[in-house]
Amino acid sequence: MTLTRSATAVAALMALGASPVAAETEIQFWHAMGGALGEKIEEIAAGFNETQDEFTVVPTYKGNYTENMTASIAAFRAGEQPHIVQVFEVGTATMMAAEGAIKPVQQVMDNADITWDADAYLPAVKSYYTTTDGALLSLPFNSSTPVLWYNRDLLDEAGIKDVPQTWNEMFAAADKLQASGHECAFSFGWQSWVMLENYLAWHDQPIGTKQNGFAGLDTELVFDESEDLTTLLQRIADSQEAGTFRYGGRRGDSLPLFTSGECAMWMNSSAYYAGISDQAEFEFGQAMLPVNTDAAETAQNSIIGGATLWVLEGHPESEYQGVAEFFNYLSSPEVQADWHQFSGYVPITTAAYELSNSQGFYEENPGTDTAIQQLSLNAPTENSRGLRFGNFVQIRDIINEELEDLWAGNKTAAEALSDAAERGNALLREFEGSNS
Amino acid sequence: MARLVALEVHVLTKKVTFSHRWLPYLLVAPQIAITLVFFIWPASQALYQSVLRQDAFGLKTEYVGLANFAKLFNDPLYLQSFYTTITFSALVAGVSMAVALVLAVMADRVVRQATTYRTLLIWPYAVAPAVAGVLWWFLFNPTIGIAAYALDALGYDWNHYVDGGDAMTLIVVAASWRQVSYNFLFFLAGLQAIPKSLTEAAAIDGAGPLKRFVTIQLPLLSPTVFFLLVVNVVYAFFETFGVVHATTDGGPGQATTILVYKVWRDAFQGLNLGSSAAQSVVLMAIVIALTAIQFRFIERKVEY
Repeated sequence: MTLTRSATAVAALMALGASPVAAETEIQFWHAMGGALGEKIEEIAAGFNETQDEFTVVPTYKGNYTENMTASIAAFRAGEQPHIVQVFEVGTATMMAAEGAIKPVQQVMDNADITWDADAYLPAVKSYYTTTDGALLSLPFNSSTPVLWYNRDLLDEAGIKDVPQTWNEMFAAADKLQASGHECAFSFGWQSWVMLENYLAWHDQPIGTKQNGFAGLDTELVFDESEDLTTLLQRIADSQEAGTFRYGGRRGDSLPLFTSGECAMWMNSSAYYAGISDQAEFEFGQAMLPVNTDAAETAQNSIIGGATLWVLEGHPESEYQGVAEFFNYLSSPEVQADWHQFSGYVPITTAAYELSNSQGFYEENPGTDTAIQQLSLNAPTENSRGLRFGNFVQIRDIINEELEDLWAGNKTAAEALSDAAERGNALLREFEGSNS
Repeated sequence: MARLVALEVHVLTKKVTFSHRWLPYLLVAPQIAITLVFFIWPASQALYQSVLRQDAFGLKTEYVGLANFAKLFNDPLYLQSFYTTITFSALVAGVSMAVALVLAVMADRVVRQATTYRTLLIWPYAVAPAVAGVLWWFLFNPTIGIAAYALDALGYDWNHYVDGGDAMTLIVVAASWRQVSYNFLFFLAGLQAIPKSLTEAAAIDGAGPLKRFVTIQLPLLSPTVFFLLVVNVVYAFFETFGVVHATTDGGPGQATTILVYKVWRDAFQGLNLGSSAAQSVVLMAIVIALTAIQFRFIERKVEY
């Protein structure tokens, strides 16, 4: 009911804000980038609009990721959908299941009169958003991956020269920190993404069956079967007693733990670069996520978070030419390199990475290429390509809840993980039911 | 809603006769129209949606009968959410009414600067629940919050991210704070409506302030107390989603997942419309029950 109501409101707003008479065809682009990033998008759109006079891309900020997605879906139900909508990675399954509502990017680009190379995109980024037969569904735009942020000053005080590369070294570092009088060694944010989804990809283990859901809706979560993950999470929970780990809430709520100097290390998105440089009054850096040597000798590759651009159905064919041209412009090395260096998101094409490299960006800002190195460490496997589970926004909430029960000592790691998998599987079955 | 209904009842019990036959209908027409558009229509949509299973885009729809409801009531976590909501509502109603009553009794005695005190006490009501939530979130943030810092100094390790009790305390405080102002207004009005002669006579007979309050003022305030109880429970049940959203997100675990927050989360984050609609219908049944109780009680017992 509320969806339909907000759809009506959206439609009414659009009617009110009717654009002035324009000869150029408008391409509506709804995004979820507020603040400085939103201004950057305006700038990119303006840049594109100047390159040609047939189309005008109109970016509109619609709130955060969930709000933007809900608004777009409501608009679709009311027949007022934008051409392009930015959707976060966990919404992928919902979007791709909506046959008849979305137009695969591959198709948009192939039908359009442009030259376009699908192989220009980084494999680890692209693979998250392609079908099993290799067709690109949505255009990668802003992608990041979790890294290990560290407080150089605190590590130095504790006499830790090398940033921990394994989980055993993490706990050894904690001992040293505590010996030097500093309690909290590490914390993390977006715990499902960092400690579960990425941990498993990093160690080449499955999150769910059917290639993490890529190969079918009848997928089941199996993350509770990873013994080394269970043991590690239990070890982290137990380490709270000594103060080694401190839980600071969902999403990025734990950022102050790191920037205030309370915890020496923090695992979260590489896209916190701007935020941390803004707030931290100490020397900091980013390094690769620690490896659990009980699980694997070396790391596989990490998976991305962030968002992609989806094209919605229901507009005249000629307007999709404009969408394709805009996407081509967005993917050009210059635009991508600029976006990457400004935002801390990874460059989505190899060319943009090379351009940033030749501009000397990584030399001037050491560590800023950690994310891209993690993503391209190895060719992605079925376990490390990403994940595609329906209702995943809710499943992440479930994982949050169960892990919180673990941190609070209400459950053991084994109980929390198996409860999370069981509750998650119920939602997967529901999604399967409503989409088949 | 219940608030409105109560006021309407109050007005309607006084019989008014109109000279024109159509005038009364014309006068209530706008209200009827608003009720139809903003209440009856969405409510019927919720009822309809609650028996369907539909994907987010509305491309595939399937009639599933009462399956959405059956799933809810077989879910131990949903039932637990009921207990959480009842605990939360009882605490919010109790805390906000008790504090408001104390403040009202004290403000009733103040002679100098009475308006200033009153205005200041009513102020928080103007703050939107979500803003109130953010405010308290900052105060009680375990790392940077000043209240958490003060508690730490007193030897209490506040962390509502891990401790369910702390989280519940936080949302109760945040939700009650604003409601205190509202309750205060009604209590103060109620107290001022009590004839001064009664309390004065008791004072002459030697009753102290506490005795006068317990034996005279409180019994005479009982209609207000009952009315506020219903209003506050309704508020805690249905209007506190913003507070939870801005502070705890229903966590840690399910410690603060109240029913109305779950409705919002399943619909707007989960895009699970069928289940969310079914939950709305359950909530609707609760509010209808609460309003019905209030109606009966007011009709029978309360004389204005």
